[in-house]
Amino acid sequence: MYPRRVVITGMGAVSPFGAGVESMWDGLVAGNSAVGELPSGTEISGLSVRAAGMVPPVNVKVIPRQYRRSMSRMTQYAVLAAQEALDQANIPDAVLASGRLGISVGSTIGSADALEEFFTEYVKENSLEAIRSTTFFKVMGHTVAANLAQVLGVTGRVEAPSAACASGCQAIGLAYESVAYGRQDVMLCGGADEFSPLTAATFGLMNAASSNDATSPDASSRPFDSSRDGIVCAEGAGLLVVESLEHAQARGATIFAEIVGFASNSSPSSIANPDANSIKTCIELALKDASVSPVDVDYISAHATGTEQGDIAEATAIAEIFTSMPMISSLKGHMGHTMAASGALESIASVLMITNDIIVPTRNLTEVDPRCGAVNLPVVNHNQAVSTVVKNSFALGGINSVLVIRNAT
Amino acid sequence: MTEKEVIEIANVALAEEFELEMEQMVPEARFNDDLGLDSLDAVDMVVVLEQAFGFKLRDNQALREIRTLDDLHKYILRKKSELEG
Repeated sequence: MYPRRVVITGMGAVSPFGAGVESMWDGLVAGNSAVGELPSGTEISGLSVRAAGMVPPVNVKVIPRQYRRSMSRMTQYAVLAAQEALDQANIPDAVLASGRLGISVGSTIGSADALEEFFTEYVKENSLEAIRSTTFFKVMGHTVAANLAQVLGVTGRVEAPSAACASGCQAIGLAYESVAYGRQDVMLCGGADEFSPLTAATFGLMNAASSNDATSPDASSRPFDSSRDGIVCAEGAGLLVVESLEHAQARGATIFAEIVGFASNSSPSSIANPDANSIKTCIELALKDASVSPVDVDYISAHATGTEQGDIAEATAIAEIFTSMPMISSLKGHMGHTMAASGALESIASVLMITNDIIVPTRNLTEVDPRCGAVNLPVVNHNQAVSTVVKNSFALGGINSVLVIRNAT
Repeated sequence: MTEKEVIEIANVALAEEFELEMEQMVPEARFNDDLGLDSLDAVDMVVVLEQAFGFKLRDNQALREIRTLDDLHKYILRKKSELEG
């Protein structure tokens, strides 16, 4: 048991549905797809990817140029999401600069676009003369977190956990621990990523990316479905404000939910393939951390990305733990896989399921793969009380992370 | 290219890169105090101007002494003249 309870008081999103938590939530509840045709790169030899969940144009000019110049797209998304979360939480500037508010925000890698910009000049032109002074600030591993701290004037700890697709979930978990142990009173946490051919091509090369016909991109991300054919890469940013219960109560903040458990572990059996046993262990560790019994869980926000190995491993682990058959869905059917942002965006959606008493199903799930069939996979919205949620995120590199989120009490 | 054209090309390139209004691009404008540009911008300014004019402008000692737009215009004109000379 941690000494301090940790609550969620603000949320912000830039998702393939657009800017704002509201646009994402409306899209999810309506069962819409934010996946479209890949905008470019289809002419690349060997690139099988045809669909992507791209963020539509958003107004990044609200970020002052002096700060924006060192930000690639994912950081700009993160700033917009952070501002929304901080506004909702009503965090004053004095708290940002107090040293008692920190940042924990991860991305899969630094900006691949900026890397490409540098090495195109360096390798092709044998020159550095056209390289901008700010390129490296977009490439560095903590680019999102560090730029956020600069633009927001944050003086507390700045952490940038990088665990590929589990980065967002892990970043929230580490923020939870920072607050629970009293290292910080408030943490701005989550994940961000920008679509890059590097990521999409990597999944393609491993035969883990969807190559569905570009004429129906909205049907291409199909977690748990028999006809799934892999991941649809996407982009975005999800940011949450978490703080100690005492801090939130003292300033009269609205509390949306509470983070009650977190665990992260490693599966050294493979750098690429998910492992059901390791996933099971991670979920059990998170439930133990939360002092929550499996029968008390109402909903599981699955990591399921639409790969055969991942979906089956996760469903197998869940079936072994949750004999009460709580509802499970993967929101990647709607948005694709927003990579490092996914754990955060799906945590935000989970909080909204708690506050709205709605469970959003998996989009594009029409025929459940029998090998995932031992779990409860709804196909329509369910209006029911949701008080305890498990949020799973898994990643290349053998990383598992699980959060347990409960309604505000 | 006339002196007026050189100034126009430089001002347009800098206004676009640094999101400045053309009304701000007066000869006496100081890069730091009036246009809000810093040392990182100074590096990028050279890149932008070299791309706009198609010739090298790097001369670290001379660039360090530039304070105003007018200083910059004169520097570009001098470099252009040296190349043509």
